[in-house]
Amino acid sequence: MFFRKPLTFVIFLIIFFSNINKVYSIEADVFVQSTVNRASKLLSENITKEQKIEELKVIAKETVDIIGIGFYSLGAKRKELSDDEEKKYFILFEKYFLISFSSRLSEYTNPEIDVNNKEVLNSNYTIVNSILKGTSERPEIMIDWRIYTKDPESPMIRDLIIEGLSLARTQKEEFASILDSNDGDIKALFKILEEFSN
Amino acid sequence: MKKILITSLVSLMIVSSAIADTDGNNTLSKKAKKPVVIKDCFEGLNRATFSLNEGLDKVIFKPVAQGYKKLPASFRTGTSNVLVNISSLITIPNNVLQGQFKMAGINTGRFVVNTTVGILGIFDVAEKMDFPEYEKEDYGQTFGVWGLDAGCYIVLPVLGPSTVRDTLGSFANVLGGDPYYNASTHGNNEYLSKSLYMKTKIASGIDFRAKNLDSIDNLQKNSLDFYASVKSLYLQDRQQKIANTNPTIEIMYEGDWEEIESQ
Repeated sequence: MFFRKPLTFVIFLIIFFSNINKVYSIEADVFVQSTVNRASKLLSENITKEQKIEELKVIAKETVDIIGIGFYSLGAKRKELSDDEEKKYFILFEKYFLISFSSRLSEYTNPEIDVNNKEVLNSNYTIVNSILKGTSERPEIMIDWRIYTKDPESPMIRDLIIEGLSLARTQKEEFASILDSNDGDIKALFKILEEFSN
Repeated sequence: MKKILITSLVSLMIVSSAIADTDGNNTLSKKAKKPVVIKDCFEGLNRATFSLNEGLDKVIFKPVAQGYKKLPASFRTGTSNVLVNISSLITIPNNVLQGQFKMAGINTGRFVVNTTVGILGIFDVAEKMDFPEYEKEDYGQTFGVWGLDAGCYIVLPVLGPSTVRDTLGSFANVLGGDPYYNASTHGNNEYLSKSLYMKTKIASGIDFRAKNLDSIDNLQKNSLDFYASVKSLYLQDRQQKIANTNPTIEIMYEGDWEEIESQ
């Protein structure tokens, strides 16, 4: 018998299961490059803009942590929402986010992005650095990706930082401005999100 | 048995240390503090000015920028290079004021090479000579580096977003801080004039607008509150420029993200 002693067998099991985590985890930079390649391939296809938008929404649902971004965008207000308000917010936010995200990306045709570095901030976050190659119409653009890695098997995008400007922070400050202008009334934000999506 | 046990424990330690390696906090991320909130003390007036600027942009700046963009790429690149070269006359003294003496030397070298070999800056010869990437500096940034508070956020007519500190920085240009302005307005020569200085500033605005036609349109189209988006982007950009450091890692504040759980 291979495992002559129970202790050896137990140690083998510990090592085996310790390694499982490593075997199935996806490196943040590999995840970003594969996501970018997927989006890039789609954007270079000879299909209508509407088809591209629909396909980009599918990619976004699979690779972006929309719930996490939704929570972040609300700031401290998220702690004040009732269950019903939270439910309604996430339905509206997802709709808004997918339209906004896909609309922004669909403008690009065949974007070339090279992933060149990564910086592990902690067990939950890794920043992946990439470069959107320049064309005659636009200069080279530095894009950093905040990847949520709490579940290493399923990393998710939480933010895009373009030339040092965080899109999530911009969105958060935009939502805060809307709430401040309406005495913190979440219904005002719901109304604006609804109007945007319709 | 002992051998197996030791080998197993060593293997376990290697695996654990490999995981711990990626688990530790990055020291860079600790440097970022919670961003200072810059008050929008005159929001009503700012929003009104912002609307005025949007109107001016729609009627004047955007159409002009669209026309400018139709010019040959080589012409636009040459114009942009000349404007960047002129801007280094403000960057160099600010490098010195911020204690970046090496960068001041590099930028002086870049200016000399591009003005002479590059024919008044039309050709970016310094780039071909592998000079480091050019980073603009201004007096607003220098005041920020010195620790001067940004003050309130303000929107200036025509010029757009600013803060009290950045507006003071702009005044420093016309109070002797910009050698190009000094030579244009007070210099006794036949080549430079106040009107040429104004034309240069207008050209800078058109060049900026033309470079950002799509991104501004996209932002406007996808913003729920365009005023708030522009304010956020402007203030983030200034924070990054004043930090003079790794644009992403060192200016990010992690506190807001730490509580967000979705997995």
